[in-house]
Formats: sequence, C-alpha cells, structure tokens
Amino acid sequence: MGKIEDLEVINGEGYQLTTLDKAVALARSNSVWPLPFATSCCGIEFMATMGSTYDLSRFGMERMSFTPRQSDLLIVAGTISKKLAPVLKKVYEQMAEPKWVLSVGACASSGGIFDTYSVLQGIDRIIPVDVYVPGCPPRPEQIIDGVINIHKLVKHEPMRRRYSEEYRHLLGDYEIEVTNADNDK
Amino acid sequence: MTNNTLLESLHTLLGTKIVASEILHDTLVIEVTPNEAFNAIQMLKNDADLSFNFLTLIGAVHYPDEKDRELCVVYHLHSWKNAIRLRIKTYLPKDNPSIKSLTPLFDGANWQERETFDFFGIQFEGHPNMTRILNMDEMDYHPMLKQYHLEDETREDKDDRFFGR
Amino acid sequence: MEHTDNLIKLSNGQVLSKETIDGDIATINFGPTHPATHGIFQNILTVDGEKILTSEQTVGYIHRAFEKLAERRPYNQITPITDRLNYCSSPINNLGWHMTVEKLLQVEVPKRVQYMRVIIMELARIADHLICDSIIGVDTGALTSFFYPFSEREKIYELYEEMCGARLTTNIGRIGGFDKDFTPVFHQKLKEFLKTFPKAFEEWNGMLERNRIFMDRTKGAGPISAERALAYGFTGPNLRAAGVDYDVRVMHPYSSYEDFDFTIPVGVNGDTYDRFMVRQEEIRQSLRIIHQAYNNLPEGPFHADIPEFFLPEKKDVYNNMEALIYHFKIVMGESDVPVGEVYHSVEGGNGELGYYLISDGGRAPYRLQFRRPCFIYYQAYPEMISGANISDAVITLSSINVIAGELDA
Repeated sequence: MGKIEDLEVINGEGYQLTTLDKAVALARSNSVWPLPFATSCCGIEFMATMGSTYDLSRFGMERMSFTPRQSDLLIVAGTISKKLAPVLKKVYEQMAEPKWVLSVGACASSGGIFDTYSVLQGIDRIIPVDVYVPGCPPRPEQIIDGVINIHKLVKHEPMRRRYSEEYRHLLGDYEIEVTNADNDK
Repeated sequence: MTNNTLLESLHTLLGTKIVASEILHDTLVIEVTPNEAFNAIQMLKNDADLSFNFLTLIGAVHYPDEKDRELCVVYHLHSWKNAIRLRIKTYLPKDNPSIKSLTPLFDGANWQERETFDFFGIQFEGHPNMTRILNMDEMDYHPMLKQYHLEDETREDKDDRFFGR
Repeated sequence: MEHTDNLIKLSNGQVLSKETIDGDIATINFGPTHPATHGIFQNILTVDGEKILTSEQTVGYIHRAFEKLAERRPYNQITPITDRLNYCSSPINNLGWHMTVEKLLQVEVPKRVQYMRVIIMELARIADHLICDSIIGVDTGALTSFFYPFSEREKIYELYEEMCGARLTTNIGRIGGFDKDFTPVFHQKLKEFLKTFPKAFEEWNGMLERNRIFMDRTKGAGPISAERALAYGFTGPNLRAAGVDYDVRVMHPYSSYEDFDFTIPVGVNGDTYDRFMVRQEEIRQSLRIIHQAYNNLPEGPFHADIPEFFLPEKKDVYNNMEALIYHFKIVMGESDVPVGEVYHSVEGGNGELGYYLISDGGRAPYRLQFRRPCFIYYQAYPEMISGANISDAVITLSSINVIAGELDA
C-alpha cells in the first residue's frame, strides 16, 4: 500500500521515472482529509470509527476538517431532510476540486426506513456520490471499507478528470456549475 | 392523593368548567371547553393544595369523524407535591381552530404549541411567534391530519407496487 | 434589527442604546453544520464583539416524521423508530416503549425481566453520559477526553451486541420481556465490565474534574436558575444541575426501581460545570444500581405470558397449531390490541421521556406522541447564553446534551 516500488517505475541510481498521474494519485490517496457531515445515528458510529478501537487515522484521515474549503472528502452520515438539502448542496459546492463524496448509512444512500414527506430519499438526488456504505448504522468496519474504496478511486483517477467535458456534464445533471480556470473561456 | 380524591378536589375548584371526566388506566382525564382551558389550568397551577406546577406535554389528536370536535388539544399536567398526573382535553372544530396560548403560564409551552400548529394547524392566540418549527416554512399543509399521506406524493423514484402500498 | 438615532432594536424585542455597544453589531451564523459532535440545528447570533446579545433558533433539519410513521406501523415495528430518538441511549427508548404497550395491555412482567431491564437501561444511561461529558471536554479543547470514554463505550456496545445483535440502534427486548435470557457470555462480559470500568472511569474523570483550565472554562458558563428551568419544563440532569431533584425513577417508579438504593446528585448553579459533575455522579450511581440488580437477579422466566405479542418458540411453531397462528399474526402485525389511552414516562438520558399512546383497536396506534426532553429544554438556550461569549455558547450547547434525533423526531 503506497510503496514507491509498487508503481510502474524505471528505477536507477538516484532517479525514478513514473507518470505524474501516478505520483500525484499516490500522494492524494493516502492523505484524504474528510469533512464529516454527520447528522444523526450514523454520526455516532462515525465517531466510534474515529475513536481508538477502530482508528480511522491509520488510513491518513487524521485531520478532520470542518471547513469545506480545506477538505477532500465529504462524508455524509445520517438522514438528510428536505430542509437540510440546500445546506448540503451549498457545502458541496464550496469544496474545492478534486472532491469525493462518501454516503454512509441507509438514510443518506436512499432515505433508509424514513420514506416520509420530510426526508430526502438519498443524497444522490442532489449531489454526485462516489461510494455508498449500506447499514443502519453500518459497523465501523464497513465504514472503513467504504473509505478504502474511496482511496482506490482516488488512486486511479487521472489528473485531468476534473477539467474534462464529461465531468462538467455529470455535474450539470445536478445543476452544479464547475468553475475551473480552464473552463472560464 | 388518589385519582378519586383528585376528582373531588377538581369538582370543588373548577365546578362547571369540567364537562366530562374519566379515569383511563392510571390517569384522570377531564374535558373542558376551549374557552375555559386557560383559566382552568391557571387555577390548577395557582392552587396551593393541588399545585400542578409542571407542564409535561401539549399535543393534539385529529378525529376526522367527530363533527365540530375534530381537533382535540391535550394538556398533560403534573403535580409534584402530590405526585399525581392529570390530563386535560378540549375539542376544537376544524374550521378555524384557535385556543388561548399557555405561554404566559409556562414558558415551556412555546415550542410545543408551535409544533402543534405545524402538525395540525391549530392557532394559539397570544403566542409570541406562531410559525412552523419542524417542517419547512414553504410547506402549505399540516401533515399530521389524517387525510394526508405519510409519503411525499411527488416522489418519482419509489414504485408503490414494490413497497406493498 | 432597526436603527433609530442612537437606539437599536433587536429581533427579540430588546432595545439597546448605542453607547452601551462597543462598535457595531454583527450577525453570526452558528450552524447548521457543526463539527461532527452535536447535531444539526442553527442559531443566528447577534453579537457585540464577542458578547452575544440575542440568538434566533431554527430546528427541524432532521425532522423524520416519527409520529406520522408510527401511525402506519404495528406495535412491535415501532421499536426501531424509538431507537432513533435519543440514539446515544437507545435501549432506554426501546424499553420505555415496551413498558407503555404493556401498560395499555395491562400486563405485568416477571421480576426477572424488570431487573434485566434495569441493568440494560442503566448501561445505556452510562453510555449516554459518557458521550456527553467527553464532548464537553472536547469543546474546551481537551481532545484526549474523546478517546478515553469511547473505548469504554465499546465495552458497552459488546454487551448490547450479546443481547440483541446491534451496537447503536439496538431494538432490544420485546413487548413482554426479552427474546432470550442473559447468555453466559453476557454474564462474563458484564462481570468484567463492572470490574474494569470504575478504574478507567476515574482515570478519565481525574483529567477533567479538578483541572484548572476546565474549571475556569466551564464554571459560570450558561447558567440557568431553578425557577426558569422549571418554567421551561426542564427535566433530567440539566434540571438536577440547577438544584431540583426531580427524577421519574423516584417519583413514579417503574420496572422495580423502588427496590434499589441510589442517590440523585444535585447541582447548585445550573452552569456547565454542574451539569458535567451531575452526569459524572450519575454514572457512579448507575454502576451502583447495576451492582445491586445483578447481585439480586431473581430466577424466573425472561418474558411474560402473552402469546398474542410474544413470538412462540420455534419448536412449538412447527408442531402446535395455535403457536403457528400466533406466530403468523404477530409477524404480520395483526394482533388484537385493546382500545385505550396511556401515558408512560421513563427517565431517559436527558430527562423525562414520555410516550402518549392512543389506540383505537387497530393494528397500528391511532396517535403516538413522544414527549422529548431535548425539544422542551432547548427552548431555553437563548436565555442561557445571552451575555456570554461565543466560546461559552459552544460549551453550553454541548453540556445540555441536545441530541438531534430527539429534538426533531
């Protein structure tokens, strides 16, 4: 996991050749800074995952940032109601690229057991989600599994993905505008 | 103090304000008219012997079939001196239901009355801030009334055939 | 906010003159996304420098419509919903609901069940207070105080898992008792917990209780007097910290609490330090109750004899016609419930958690209303923080232990 020798490299005395994508992806995947958007019961299980028995900081997630500007991963744990949906969308838009979203729990993934008039039936109705973790609440091991899957996604993501037309279309489906220096033409 | 002695003291104190009374499981339940509810609760709070000093809960129930008595406001009071509970019910008609607010007596009634308004549409006169509290402000109906469904009618992703409805 | 000459009128009606204010007034949004500890509620603070003048609250960001949901579900399917009220101590919610239904059915559960329930409820109370007090420590800057209690909470989670299979939202017990007796593993784990927990607890407590910095931060922060607390309808540790010793377990004992000997800790000022100390002492008293209940655990069945609501054993279901019919009816939620109306309350982690249940004889309740202590005492928050600093507002919020699930239901 994350050793320089794992990359496809050409080694020699004092130099190493690799693609920039792989080097950057290695750095990114082992230092993902999460933004815990914890709403309800899954938030408590997330706190237990951060605790010392299931230690999430072993995986590079030591620093929980609570400001969107300085975080990479939005962890939505708990029920999102329709009243809170604009807030969640705003927080997502305020995050800087590249950003990933982990949806923890049944309520965030699909509304869970609350098929009611006031609960948003899944956050993927308003923001694009990368990994879903099922459970009510999911065990800490499951949350760690979700985080490992995010790391896999980060590790294999090409550097120019966020500037691509395809990405702009994806976010356009959610009515989110991508603002990148390249796109402001 | 037992429920029966409480009932006698209530008859002495409130007299004709009590329209009906019964003992349900372990609590005495009395019914008063909407106009007299505030006065009755004030007298119960200020009485030195009965001393119902604690307001436990304010809620409402919707009975769509009872004519002119559709909305029932329920007050749960608790007397710590006598360790006894009391439930007071009053019935309001569904067109323009309104009743005097208890906020002058108990500060804790504030949000509970807002919640009752949010869910049932009951207006509390004299309340400092009669607005919705738990639901979105843009919501235009009162969801706990029996004629409205639990699910959001406009959702398109769940197929009712698979959910047994 | 309106300005006229040198008077400023605030949104709560307060009028101030410009001379009393140092500079100008700012509006700060405190929420709704807090760090992953408290929950989702919003306070818009009007501040003069660092001092708070007024605050406007918005709640309902996690309103999940429990009361409407309960009108759809049969009685044993409502237990998972009650889990999600105060999710830090969900067994108390579950067992309180079962006691409400048993009151409606007029069923008396055996003594062993009552003692088992007391053990589970007191474990849940310890778990709830552990979270609340560790978060008070975290908010004053002591991040270590988060890690110590959480590893103790894992031991309580293991006890729940042994009993019902889940860690947090437990759905523990059944109407009429429990689905199984305490297993040998449960006995062993409980004995171990009772032996090792007090030492670990005192070690963590010693870090904060007489800590100069902690005491300076929390003494005098967010006070409320006993009269105002009573007017607002406070119950639970917040009321006891203000000096009033009201506890549902003592005034209206349920589930054999009258058999046990425990004291109710009471504070003096109603500030954050008192709330912290009251909860710590309640943890010690809960341990005392668990010791007494466990040492005197009576023999007997682990459930009441109500075949209409309690699933029969599998071997009977396969061999006996009546048991098969009962099994079918219970699982499909078609058991006959008497018509009636009850109110039952238990002492939850935050105060008097009440269930007002109206049944019209159908398979689901006609009306179920939860008396949620958090909802009732959170109204007093603007009064508690007016005139305080923003940092005091943060630790006051964490010390009154508002759980978002219980606030919005």
